[in-house]
Amino acid sequence: MAQRIDVKDLNIFYSDFLAVEDVSMAIEPKSVTAFIGPSGCGKSTFLRTLNRMHEVIPGARVEGTVAMEGVDLYGDDVDPVAVRRQVGMVFQRPNPFPTMSIEENVLAGVRLVNKKISKSDAADLVEESLRHANLWEEVKDRLAKPGSGLSGGQQQRLCIARAIAVRPQVLLMDEPCSALDPISTLAIEDLITELKQDYTICIVTHNMQQAARVSDRTGFFNIAGTGKPGKLIEMDDTGVMFSSPSEQATEDYISGRFG
Amino acid sequence: MTATTASPQPAAPRSDRSDEVRKALRTVDTGRRRKDRAMQVVVYVAFALAVIPLISVAWTVLSNGIERFDWYFLTHSMRGVFGGMDAGGIYHAIVGTFEITLGATIISVPIGILTAIYLVEYGRGSLARSVTFFVDVMTGIPSIVAGLFAYALFAVFFGPGISMGIMGSIALSVLMIPVVVRSTEEMLKLVPNELREASYALGVPKWLTIVKVVLRTATAGIVTGVMLAVARVIGETAPLLITVGVIDSINFNLFDGRMMTLPVYVYRQYSQGYVPCNDASAVCIPEINFDRAWAAALTLILIVMVLNILARLVSRYFSPKIR
Repeated sequence: MAQRIDVKDLNIFYSDFLAVEDVSMAIEPKSVTAFIGPSGCGKSTFLRTLNRMHEVIPGARVEGTVAMEGVDLYGDDVDPVAVRRQVGMVFQRPNPFPTMSIEENVLAGVRLVNKKISKSDAADLVEESLRHANLWEEVKDRLAKPGSGLSGGQQQRLCIARAIAVRPQVLLMDEPCSALDPISTLAIEDLITELKQDYTICIVTHNMQQAARVSDRTGFFNIAGTGKPGKLIEMDDTGVMFSSPSEQATEDYISGRFG
Repeated sequence: MTATTASPQPAAPRSDRSDEVRKALRTVDTGRRRKDRAMQVVVYVAFALAVIPLISVAWTVLSNGIERFDWYFLTHSMRGVFGGMDAGGIYHAIVGTFEITLGATIISVPIGILTAIYLVEYGRGSLARSVTFFVDVMTGIPSIVAGLFAYALFAVFFGPGISMGIMGSIALSVLMIPVVVRSTEEMLKLVPNELREASYALGVPKWLTIVKVVLRTATAGIVTGVMLAVARVIGETAPLLITVGVIDSINFNLFDGRMMTLPVYVYRQYSQGYVPCNDASAVCIPEINFDRAWAAALTLILIVMVLNILARLVSRYFSPKIR
């Protein structure tokens, strides 16, 4: 499990508007890569290009390549649905399916595509995914209850369980803790550290301490002004980024002195 | 601020500022309170005015219709009934109303839901805009025009004078489709985009996302919308008079010959008026036609009510639950 992603000369557009310009980076397998930067600088947009969720928005498109194990995800012969099965995603706001029970939510990635799965396999997959998401002990007695009855932090972990039940190679997280209290945030951060043994993880966060705590490498995005495209300013090991970044803009942002 | 004022604080010396605040908090705006009262009265009066006709209709239909409303009335047709005979029922009209409305529902619901899916999930640009426009136009079609349309359509193939139950279904579906499209569209728009994205991110193709997540989440609302559409057409008279006609006996076949329906039955009975009773030897009720009309109207109201309750149960079963 866990593969390397190489991004090369990526330009991201909303119709004619260039949202993110000329990003090149390598995302290492079995590590946590954090993207930080001010609001509107394109880090979420960039994250969504990694599993082709970007193109769900009408008019959105990209130029350049995003290669996973040498295969360009935007190649003509690549199905976005197949990409999304390899690259899972967890969103900012917990979004369990309201009509489904906890168990059905975990199995959603299997059941929604009409895949046959035996009862015992399904039960195993539910337990394994929920254990992986550190939620099993809390919900094992109420698997048949609706997922929306859980607390916000539990719902977010349910969404993580749902994402890893598809057994992706890469897990993208778009500000997964921004709607959660500090205790739930801590639970999710611990989880990220555990998950990195099996998965490549990319996380967008507004919380600098969080990026410093969980990530191995950090990329800083910035935007010159409204209407200008966002850019990847620099990317380095997290320790280096937070102690001695090579760009002035990065240091200003990290120390809270940005414009 | 509020916390300190709420808690019983020791009488510490307060500044003039907090005296001002305390005074401001205790100020009563009598003008606004009076307006509030006045608006409250207006709202209650408006509510009462709106309810008066409702109660009046319900009471009139119930008190006039209950007399003839019995098992015999529900299980017999009008075949061989004439004059002021103490006989006759609406079985044939119930059969006709059910079959024709069911036919209209079977035609309208798939078309309506698929159109709504197109508009919400796929439609972009001028085609979607024109579909929306024509659906709006369809909403305003007078029911008699829908009837004439269905008649004209079948007259082309079967010649003039044709009468079939299915023609009525088609006429009603012309009225029903825009209502189903509109209500389903609103319900699909209510499904949060996050659920679609969550599904895509799991590697679920778009069509499966629509079928299994979007439609499933909106089921409760769609069922309610379809029910409202059924209630809208089940009482239609004019288009059925043109397309399905009038008959006294039972006809189960939607594709052959005339059928009776409840609204047409009510109209028919009422328009026949009082029966002249000259023969003193036979049982003759002069106002029998009015009694039958009221009882049939009561039946129609009860059917709509039962359908509404069923729809509520279905939508409660399908609606998302919290615990």
